[in-house]
Amino acid sequence: MTVVTYSEAWRSGLREEMNKDASIFVMGTDLQERGGHFSQVKGLAEEFGPERIRDTPISESAMVAAGVGSAMLGARPIIDLNFMDFAYGAMDEIINQAAKIRYMFGADLPLIIRATAGIALFGPQHNNSFESLFAAIPGLSVAVPYRPYDVKGLLKTSLRGSDPVIFIMHKKLTGAKGEIAGEDVFIPFGKARIAAEGSDVLIVTYGYSVEVASKAAELMKTEGVSVEVMDLRTVYPIDYEMVLQRAQDIGRVIVADEAPLFGSITGEIASTISEKLHSSLKAPVLRIGAKRVPIGANPQLVSASIPNVEDYQAAIRKVLTF
Amino acid sequence: MTEPGQAKDFLSQMILIREFETIAEGLTLRGKVPGGMHNSSGQEAVAVGVMAALKDEDAIASTHRSHHHSIARGMSTQSMMAELFTKSTGCSRGRGGSMHLVDLSRNYFGGNGIVGAGVSIAMGLALGIHILKKNSIAVGFMGDGAINTGRTWESINMAVIWNLPLLIVIDNNQYAVETFMDRVTGGKDFVARAKSFGMSAEVIDGQNVEEVYEATARARERILAGEGPQLINAVTYRYFGHNVGEVGKYRTQEEISDWKSNKDPIDNWISNLLAKKMITEDEISEIRENAKLEIGKAVEFAEASPFPDTNTVADDVDSGSLLRQL
Repeated sequence: MTVVTYSEAWRSGLREEMNKDASIFVMGTDLQERGGHFSQVKGLAEEFGPERIRDTPISESAMVAAGVGSAMLGARPIIDLNFMDFAYGAMDEIINQAAKIRYMFGADLPLIIRATAGIALFGPQHNNSFESLFAAIPGLSVAVPYRPYDVKGLLKTSLRGSDPVIFIMHKKLTGAKGEIAGEDVFIPFGKARIAAEGSDVLIVTYGYSVEVASKAAELMKTEGVSVEVMDLRTVYPIDYEMVLQRAQDIGRVIVADEAPLFGSITGEIASTISEKLHSSLKAPVLRIGAKRVPIGANPQLVSASIPNVEDYQAAIRKVLTF
Repeated sequence: MTEPGQAKDFLSQMILIREFETIAEGLTLRGKVPGGMHNSSGQEAVAVGVMAALKDEDAIASTHRSHHHSIARGMSTQSMMAELFTKSTGCSRGRGGSMHLVDLSRNYFGGNGIVGAGVSIAMGLALGIHILKKNSIAVGFMGDGAINTGRTWESINMAVIWNLPLLIVIDNNQYAVETFMDRVTGGKDFVARAKSFGMSAEVIDGQNVEEVYEATARARERILAGEGPQLINAVTYRYFGHNVGEVGKYRTQEEISDWKSNKDPIDNWISNLLAKKMITEDEISEIRENAKLEIGKAVEFAEASPFPDTNTVADDVDSGSLLRQL
């Protein structure tokens, strides 16, 4: 298998599918010369030309509308917003248009909105968690890959589908390396995977938090605790079959991410596990998440806002006390 | 000058629209149309003139007030009326209602409940035409109210820089719900605004079906000749309130009467055709009778149709395409 970065995995899947399907095109700011703000399409403008790697003005609303209209006509647009934070400027097009077109009109809408998100540095307006917002909108499917392998496989599935996809890539993973599969590997939405096997505690998570959870799992081995880490890969749909099966098998569950706990995806998953499995669990379902605050510019404030590996270890120890 | 067959078609369609709206208004007041509807009476010539100049392959996106566009595009009045009743046989299966009439088989990509959204989506349709190398144009209708929403100008700018095959038609009834446009529009001149974005634009009499038709045909030719997106500001007037049953004080009775008595698109077209001896009184009576019959059948169809099966409520949220293992 080939080893590439998270961003290169996007490029790899995109290139393969663009070679097969002339109706696929990408639009966004700074794509042609710069290759996107995360190098996600670097080199593709030379390969496919400016018609298929299109530079746009800073007009998020028009970008997404252009995607909605061209997708209804039969093209396969990818809107690359670079930073998902800019999606707030196109919310009507995403939520009131893209998400509802099939229900209202019965039309296919093969539209992908890709951007980088998650918590790193550079202040409140470039550090947001969008998973619960978009996953809550009927009609949208939401990919949140952790590994390059899943970036490529989920992108390829999205490009063969006929429904709108919000594709969220975590900014801290941009340069992370990993294996990718060849041309014929497609990863369906709604299928989780086990990132690390374990038997005492289950952590259900996704995106960059898979890394933090995996570190915590490794550290807990010295305390004789075996932690399983589940990577959801998509937060809509959620692979409840696997979540509930492993929750039942293990009996002690933590649901974790870096979004504010209030109104988060972790609340949705924890309540579902509790409703379905309350009598067979050994402990209440715990959650790990961020404080309900904007993300400040100061790195110490950032650390104080979101969970770290010690928070994971503390939660693991706590869930074992019941 | 329009040839006689087409001249009569214009009249038939305008009368059919007026009949549809008149009957639908009454049915809405009787509670048959959940949520209400936006009556287009008075604006028939804009819809009929534009649609007559378009081809089947052209793609259209419309607004919240779009019954007239839908009928002029040739949609079935039965499936439209059933949709107003939110029946399962409606064009949007009872999911869209009056604001979201659609007919994908006619490249009619639906009405839209959000002001300015239709014209933005039409820009996307034009991009799709360009990407897929089709020989057609996209048409986006907007109301005058959409002249002051940001997305309209984002979309116009994008259409201009990419030279997209887009025609924008402002179905300009002069009031954004109850707000007279001059009160809220900087510069007041829609055409000048469009031109400042590098777009060809003209203002026309939206009550004159022939003028609308000819302006649209010219704009379509220019677009296909590669001259870039075009805008037509068709000035018209809405006879009823914004939504059914609304009686506002924002317009004087004199103003409304003046438009109805002196500028009615149907009356003026009839006078024109009679003066030129292109139609007889008998033919006009027959057209009116046919419209009544057709809309009567549409109401019968809507009444007799079942409501959607509530077991299907979760169908078509998405297609399930992403769940498949390829």
